[in-house]
Amino acid sequence: MNRILLTALVVLICSLPATLQAATTAITGARVHTVGPQGTLENATVLIEDGRIVAVGTDVDVPGAATRIDASGKIVTPGLFTPLGQLGLTEVSAVSGTVDYIQRGHDFTAGFDVAAAYNPRSTLIAVNRIEGITRAAITPGGAWPDMQQQLVSHVLSGLGAIVQLGAVEDNEDALVRRRAMLVVNLGEDGGVLAGGSRAAAMMTLRTALDDALDYAGNKDAYESRERREYSLSRTDLEAMQDVIEGSVPLLVYVDRASDIRALLDLTGEYSLPLIIAGGAEAWMVADELAEHDVGVILSSVNNLPGTFDELNARLDAAALLDAAGVAVTFGGDRNAQNHNARNITQSAGIAVANGLTWETALRAITLTPAELYGVADQVGSLEAGKDADIVIWKNDPLELTSYPEQVFIRGYPVPMESRQTLLRDRYMQTDAERPPAFRHPECTTRHAIDGGQMRFYDELFSDLLKQRPDRQVPVHPVARVPNA
Amino acid sequence: MPGTAAPGSRPPTISRRGRPQRDGEGEAPTRNLKLETLAGVLEGEILIHNHCYRADEMAVMLAIADEFDYEISAFHHAVEAYKIPDLLAENDVCAAIWADWWGFKMEAYDGIRENAALLDRAGACAIVHSDDEFGIQRLNQESAKIMGAAATAGIDIPPERAIRWITGNAAKALGILEQTGTLEAGKMADVTVWSGNPFSVYTTVERVYIDGALVYDRQRPEQNPVTDFSLGTAAMTGGAR
Repeated sequence: MNRILLTALVVLICSLPATLQAATTAITGARVHTVGPQGTLENATVLIEDGRIVAVGTDVDVPGAATRIDASGKIVTPGLFTPLGQLGLTEVSAVSGTVDYIQRGHDFTAGFDVAAAYNPRSTLIAVNRIEGITRAAITPGGAWPDMQQQLVSHVLSGLGAIVQLGAVEDNEDALVRRRAMLVVNLGEDGGVLAGGSRAAAMMTLRTALDDALDYAGNKDAYESRERREYSLSRTDLEAMQDVIEGSVPLLVYVDRASDIRALLDLTGEYSLPLIIAGGAEAWMVADELAEHDVGVILSSVNNLPGTFDELNARLDAAALLDAAGVAVTFGGDRNAQNHNARNITQSAGIAVANGLTWETALRAITLTPAELYGVADQVGSLEAGKDADIVIWKNDPLELTSYPEQVFIRGYPVPMESRQTLLRDRYMQTDAERPPAFRHPECTTRHAIDGGQMRFYDELFSDLLKQRPDRQVPVHPVARVPNA
Repeated sequence: MPGTAAPGSRPPTISRRGRPQRDGEGEAPTRNLKLETLAGVLEGEILIHNHCYRADEMAVMLAIADEFDYEISAFHHAVEAYKIPDLLAENDVCAAIWADWWGFKMEAYDGIRENAALLDRAGACAIVHSDDEFGIQRLNQESAKIMGAAATAGIDIPPERAIRWITGNAAKALGILEQTGTLEAGKMADVTVWSGNPFSVYTTVERVYIDGALVYDRQRPEQNPVTDFSLGTAAMTGGAR
């Protein structure tokens, strides 16, 4: 089906004057879940211009020169947003040289900024992108076990960012918001990191905040060594400035209800915006969370007392939190992060099976994370003015058998290919004449038909690149021209 | 080194007692549970479940099995099984795999969602498993993800085949297919009642019977088992947890 869709796209794009080709695209005929004020529209059109949505509706005028993509009978949603994890910060978890989301030792704490390590060409990105993930929060690992199962990191793990997973020229283009959150570990893990007690973890956070406030008012004295010693280095104190000003939210790993209450006291006292990661017992303090406008990044499958902090984990936690007015998103499940960030659709579906409405579940993996991280003016819903992060699905995106037909990021159709599809295509050949290593990528997914001629994505997209020099598609190894 | 393995664990302690001599004469021979177990393998009494990720390692293990004339029942994790489906089919070896775990170590870097589907297509025995406490709770969903990925690749896996990945094929690999794994007269009554299509994310398990006994009923949580551990620790709120 991708082939058919791409065919239409390619034929039309390539037969139009260059100035118009990539500029205007209309996706027509689909059921469009806008996740915005327009709700769900039948037989609707999404009009894209220069990477942005310019109109959504059932009576949109499509310019004659626009590239039309017929999505009749299909479902269109905003691109998915994974709110927690380490995309682009790791390749293989057990290969420490590829793991950049954790810092061993305490040279940096609050100031440890993972954005500098982001690799937009990580193989994890295409794997998740072709399943609908278009934006991701990339976060320092929380309390991370090392090879000896000892927790490393610090109560204050550091700063994360928001990235767009489409084609990028450089990292500045990928990092749509730096310093998007400060990751903090409390509860059992925080206690271990702080020397054995969760009270000490809380004190570490409180002391850091007090020091950052004192530093803010006495920078000159600090620089001339006329101020008392602080618990944090200069780099970390600087990083804390946006936190105490309230422009960078705290993202706190915490599960136990009593710990969440203690945290709410602290964030209330310092007027800090807060997002909770984990939150196994958050449903028990749902009303307080709603009152303080605190969002929760939940695991929708957690129903086990894995630790004493999670004794009251339950499958309908998302529904209970939502009913109390708490913003809920998914990504707290380790099986729906990083290599398998794509499984947030499964997380959302499981929440629906346990009482959450379908619409809220879709919102939880699109608009809600965008709101929590302050980027909802750019993405999260299909509304005029927002970036054109769009997914065309054959059927219900939360269903397990559902896969995207085409993903757009900033109006740009991404190659529906990953290292995994290449492996699949290499090994699913049953009549191959050559050993696997000599089977170069070919027909199965990499080509589109342009005017009766086979063309490869790389070729196709390099043409598009010429029209959109601000975008660059990661180039894969050479493709062999098929014999057909 | 008989009798020296795993000091402090129970089996060696028991083994040191040795076998009683029938005639009451002589010194008891040293019993070696390790070799005794391997002898059981060679005699076909003990099934081999071989932890193995890579295709080349599975091929090597099959060659060893051939050389020493024993059978491997299943490779576990078998992330690269899709690279050698014909070899697995020819040897009648099952591959017990995750639906989509990959990349956590180098051996798992080549994992793909279509693994079980490519095995199934080749007539090999695929099992969908998980050693994760959450994944194991919904193997039906893990299987559904594979079905969807297979469809994207143009491979049609009908539900009646996919359900074998988590029922009959697992029973076969464990050597208990005669007792369970399918719904047939004469087998143990191990039955799951679903609220709908088992491969939909919205479907829940309504009732579970093991050996004919109702052990779980979603609609009657007050009748479901509660562990000793959760007494007095968890909020006893009932409902699906």
